[in-house]
Amino acid sequence: MTATGIGAAVRRKEDYRFITGKGHYTDDMTRPGQVYAYFVRSPHAHATIKSIDSKTASGMPGVVAVFTGADIAAAKINGHICGWTVTGSDGKPMKAAPGSALATGKVRYVGDEVAVVIADSHAQAKDAAEKVVVDYGVLPAVVDPKEAAKPGAPQIHDIAPNNTVFNWNLGNKAATDAAFASAAHVTKIDIVNNRVMPAAIEPRAAVGEYDAGTDSFTLYTTSQNPHAARLVLSAFAGIAPENKLRVVAPDVGGGFGSKIYIYAEETVCVWAAKKVGRPVKWTAERSESFLVDAHGRDHVTHAELAVDAGGKITAMRVHTIANLGAYPSTFWSCVPTYLYALLLSGQYNIPNIYVEVDAVYTNTAPVDAVRGAGRPEATFVVERLVERAARETGRDSVAFRRANFITSFPHQTPVLLCYDAGDYGASLDEALTLADYKGFAKRKRESARHGKLRGIGFSTYIEACGLAPSQAVGSLGAGVGLFESAEVRVNPVGTVEVLTGSHSHGQGHETTFAQVVSDRLGIPIESVSVVHGDTDKVQFGMGTYGSRSGAVGISAVVKALDKVEAKAKKVAAHLLEAAEADIEFKDGKFNVAGTDKSIDWVSVALNAYVAHKFPGSQLEPGLKEGAFYDPTNFTFPAGCHICEVEVDPETGNTEIVAWTAVDDFGTIVNPMIVEGQVHGGIAHGVGQALYEQAVYSKDGQLVTGSLMDYCMPRADHLPVLTVATTVTKCPSNPLGIKGCGEAGAIASPAAVINAITDAIGTEALAMPATPPAVWAALQKSGRSLPHAA
Amino acid sequence: MAAVSLAVNGTPVTADVDPRTLLVQLLRENLRLTGTHVGCDTSQCGACVVQVDGKAVKSCTVLALQLEGADVLTIEGLAAPDGPLHPMQEAFRENHGLQCGYCTPGMIMTAVDIVRRKGHELDDKTIREELEGNICRCTGYHNIVKAIAAGARAMQGGGAATKAAE
Repeated sequence: MTATGIGAAVRRKEDYRFITGKGHYTDDMTRPGQVYAYFVRSPHAHATIKSIDSKTASGMPGVVAVFTGADIAAAKINGHICGWTVTGSDGKPMKAAPGSALATGKVRYVGDEVAVVIADSHAQAKDAAEKVVVDYGVLPAVVDPKEAAKPGAPQIHDIAPNNTVFNWNLGNKAATDAAFASAAHVTKIDIVNNRVMPAAIEPRAAVGEYDAGTDSFTLYTTSQNPHAARLVLSAFAGIAPENKLRVVAPDVGGGFGSKIYIYAEETVCVWAAKKVGRPVKWTAERSESFLVDAHGRDHVTHAELAVDAGGKITAMRVHTIANLGAYPSTFWSCVPTYLYALLLSGQYNIPNIYVEVDAVYTNTAPVDAVRGAGRPEATFVVERLVERAARETGRDSVAFRRANFITSFPHQTPVLLCYDAGDYGASLDEALTLADYKGFAKRKRESARHGKLRGIGFSTYIEACGLAPSQAVGSLGAGVGLFESAEVRVNPVGTVEVLTGSHSHGQGHETTFAQVVSDRLGIPIESVSVVHGDTDKVQFGMGTYGSRSGAVGISAVVKALDKVEAKAKKVAAHLLEAAEADIEFKDGKFNVAGTDKSIDWVSVALNAYVAHKFPGSQLEPGLKEGAFYDPTNFTFPAGCHICEVEVDPETGNTEIVAWTAVDDFGTIVNPMIVEGQVHGGIAHGVGQALYEQAVYSKDGQLVTGSLMDYCMPRADHLPVLTVATTVTKCPSNPLGIKGCGEAGAIASPAAVINAITDAIGTEALAMPATPPAVWAALQKSGRSLPHAA
Repeated sequence: MAAVSLAVNGTPVTADVDPRTLLVQLLRENLRLTGTHVGCDTSQCGACVVQVDGKAVKSCTVLALQLEGADVLTIEGLAAPDGPLHPMQEAFRENHGLQCGYCTPGMIMTAVDIVRRKGHELDDKTIREELEGNICRCTGYHNIVKAIAAGARAMQGGGAATKAAE
């Protein structure tokens, strides 16, 4: 390993601009003549729009234009789409309701965009927006997914009777039921997987621009996938053909899923730029982000686990109601189906699994992928079930897990996935050692001596990421391929630009991608620049989500590097007057095998462009290669997280006193960055487990509409984290990378709740496990006092 | 409109602003100092923290007109131009105390203020409690806490940039 190569904890190349205040985020941008958009939003969860009077607003100081749904409809600009068509159990496609970038006829959740005011200043636009008079006919609303699916519930979309998007199932019901019928023990659990808000610290923003000279548009925006944004804005929203639309996602301040989707505001800004003839800027206020950025999770689940007399799991049965909110969103339908049900086997050999998912519309913000996306929900079901089954049958929960681990690979689960590699026992063993599991009983007694209840919770999780093999997802309803692209451009002086379709919004691609190139070509990491986030610069790519940048994005870079090396060898062969087959490339030097003849990288690069030493009829000048990498399988990161808590029985307050994470991410390019991803993921999951919950009132008002009401974890909510890794390489991609971005958020909620329920001795505890919730659970169980053993 | 005169990063500034203009708007929009960020609308996230007369202030919570004669330091002014990084900036980079970078300027400005008030030997608990007003969604705080402890110790070493900031 070199000091900057694969496996080195290289300090990040991108950090300088961020620590000196020189980053370039979307809202930092000011375009000449720029005007500001402010959106008029529905204050009602469900209402008809009887009329909109914008006369007064239009005459306010600085106001340039006011547009409504009628203007958008007249311009034939379309709204929300979902890129994944799930087919229901009835064999029919899901009921994807059409939407509009500005509401026409009806609003369906609080925050729904009704009109936009464009003015010379943000303050003027906001002032005028208050003067847009909308006459609503308020309708009854429904926010509870169970209520929404009942006959007689308020009907949100005409296309979807009983507000049902789809009823879907997977697995063999008859075989699963039979296994339950003969089970020695059945564990049952009811779970509400709480609704969360993604809450990247940078709010969404957009600057739309139109160049009349070339009849082309540019959209600067906070996107995790600028090419997908361009594709949707072009092919579906109808803004402009792709060659007339540039999308730039500059520095982006966190995504966590919420910046994958193509929302109304970005669509309106870029469209309106041509209408008003000036660049149009919009930046979300935090309260707007909470209202309209797609929320996550929100499942109501009943699940059962069948166990035989010997402690082997024989079957799992799951029924989930998934709240999908008011409108389709980009990945929406695949989150509670293919990103959820396929993970229900966890790390366990479970012969029979059957799962049903009912997805429903409600008068709430759309629900789509948030860090983990379906896999945290699945892991919570599996790990709570397994933990409870062990406790109910009087088995040690570690031994019970181990006895049911999958130990040979490849392993075909009953829910479509074929796990390719892993060693679940190894990560469990390492975690038990690091967490000093043997010392837990003693620590528990010490806690009891000072009046605290101590508990330990495990989560031995698996995820499927590296999204995704295009053919596989296509067969399941995806409307796009999930490959990634790369281009490696070698300059005549030997420096390199890597153009990637991945997008970094905190993940550190400018460093890790450069490490891979530096390692391969034997050139200094300073000689490598990574270019991403601009559709005018970078070839079509799919962006960053689903822990795919390493496993898919870097694999594309490796594929392009293979081609660069092959071409460079041809150039070197001419320069060294040797046969191409005799050229070896190592440590930045081309050698003729068995001789001391060699030439360095820079000379080969230069000669590739000077093109004096080889005939153009045999070899094209230049050194630049592109590649598209399409994975052949998902990747399967897995590991063991152990959470140790102390609960104060007087207040119900939970303190996480220790956290141990041992993850298997396959090959690691930069361990410092990977640890950082794990830390952040754990914090996200701990937030869901202990603090975060998006709450709607019965009439559909978002109660947790600001950071005063929605509790995101702060520094003092989190412990020092012990993070380590074990390695089994991913066999399906060239470097053996599995991906690490979501693991923490997937593993951690179950570890927290398993720990608290262990501490308080009762299972009836929902997320978020706030002090009042824990205190109430303790009171109900009558087990409030710790006993020194 | 009303005039206000103050110093920003040592440079005298006079601006004619709408009375409702916040300090963060003056910095970002009038002066184009976009290193100071806005992450919320309720003074919770701390992405906008700057120093006013040597003390950490959330610039989204103070009106520009309140700052007549004040000395404002932003992330852009923390290290001398063309000079070395401030030890706290260096510590954030060295300890991977940032990912997306959006909360980072506020974190660093808060961190320097913590050192001013609490000294150079900061334990984990103190740092975490003092970060109550700064939210990060990326890092889980683990490396931010490490960075601040290391930065605080490094600031004790002195250096021109450190003294300017203190």
